[in-house]
Amino acid sequence: MSGGAGFAGGGAGISVRELELDLDAFEGPFDLLLALVLKEELDLRDVDLAGIVTAFLERLAEREELDLEACGEFLVLIAALLELKARGLFPDEAAELAELEPEEAAEELARRLAEYRRAKEAAIWLRERLTGEGDRFFRLGPAPLAPKVETPLAPQDPDALAAALRVLAQDPPHVSLSHMALRFPPVSQFLERFRALLGRRSRFDFETEVRELTRLEQASAFLALLELRRAGELTIEQASPFAPIRVSRRSKENDPQQERTAVWTVRSA
Amino acid sequence: MDRPLRLISPDPLDRLARTLEALLVVASAPLSVEELAAAADDDAQRVEEALRLVGERFAEERSGIVLEHVAGGWAFRAGREEAAACARLFERPAQRNLSQAALETLAIVAYLGPCSRPDIARIRGVAADSAVANLLERGLIAEAGRDTAAGGAVRYRTTPLFERVFGLENLSELPRLDDVGAGEAEIRDRLHAVAERRSA
Repeated sequence: MSGGAGFAGGGAGISVRELELDLDAFEGPFDLLLALVLKEELDLRDVDLAGIVTAFLERLAEREELDLEACGEFLVLIAALLELKARGLFPDEAAELAELEPEEAAEELARRLAEYRRAKEAAIWLRERLTGEGDRFFRLGPAPLAPKVETPLAPQDPDALAAALRVLAQDPPHVSLSHMALRFPPVSQFLERFRALLGRRSRFDFETEVRELTRLEQASAFLALLELRRAGELTIEQASPFAPIRVSRRSKENDPQQERTAVWTVRSA
Repeated sequence: MDRPLRLISPDPLDRLARTLEALLVVASAPLSVEELAAAADDDAQRVEEALRLVGERFAEERSGIVLEHVAGGWAFRAGREEAAACARLFERPAQRNLSQAALETLAIVAYLGPCSRPDIARIRGVAADSAVANLLERGLIAEAGRDTAAGGAVRYRTTPLFERVFGLENLSELPRLDDVGAGEAEIRDRLHAVAERRSA
């Protein structure tokens, strides 16, 4: 290094060591900062190293020529500070390296560098290999091999399957079409019957009269009943849905209130 | 149960070779001799003999399809002469634009694997997270258990795809890197020189 003739851009070169710093943790020349750090009177963790770099770059920019010698010196010093600070920030690593003698530290560093160098060499080999093998195209896809088929079921009897199939293969039961031939019993038959009944009695119970008949006949009878009601020959009463249907001969004695109820009941049925 | 009698065809090995061709063409990853033998229902030694026949049939410059021994198995690939046409048809995402960091990480995993991210970071001097994630995504490395130490970082190894992409039969084909040349000795000397000055 030069003798450090100039100060603050005055002389021939920049004196890195006399670089004036104005940081949060420290104010003064770079040289003093280094001394304090080495005597461990100043904790590097509190020092903004980027601030030192900025200060140096500002000093450098004041000059027209690039002072390579100063740059070199500065790089060495700032690199050392960065290393120290990094170790301080990672206590485990610091303990690991700090305990080593300089020779051992050098050996450890050389070992690590060699390891990294091998990795770099390998990476170069891989890159060349990739270039050399770049013209090999092959199929890429999902895993091609089907998983081995597991048979979780217990051994089965094939006869059971046959029996099951046999049931399915049977003809479905024949659907009876006999009802298609049924003749609807004539409504007129019941018209006559109810007229005759009301001739004998003033009222009767519909269910009682048709109880013995088939469903079709019952339906026919009900149609006859409705027919007679429409013609005004009788009145129909039902107390509530599904209650017995009472049929009465139509007469002048029936009061209008009863008549209205009957009409309402039939319509809503 | 008695084994059924095998019908003796004029050239049974040729028949087996055809079966192997069929198996190799439907597979999308290399098949080992054992896998081929199991699928062809034949014995391994005959499969190896038949593979030689297939290899003769599917050789560079003779066929657009080439049989190769790669990643611990046998696989068909395109002939090298057809690379340009293949490249126009599709890309290879596994090996496209591998960065220097990714290649160095891949080299460390290939040589020292299974190893963890901290292992890789120690050697490269920088965090390996993004390079590892990148390689995982490409399918060139895969998880391989955890460190036995407390904290148990995930360890990684290279995949069969790595061997395939780099055309390696297996990892032992990687060149030895014990001697990285005079460079290492030189670095060591310089470091020792620095150490002497410091301790002086």
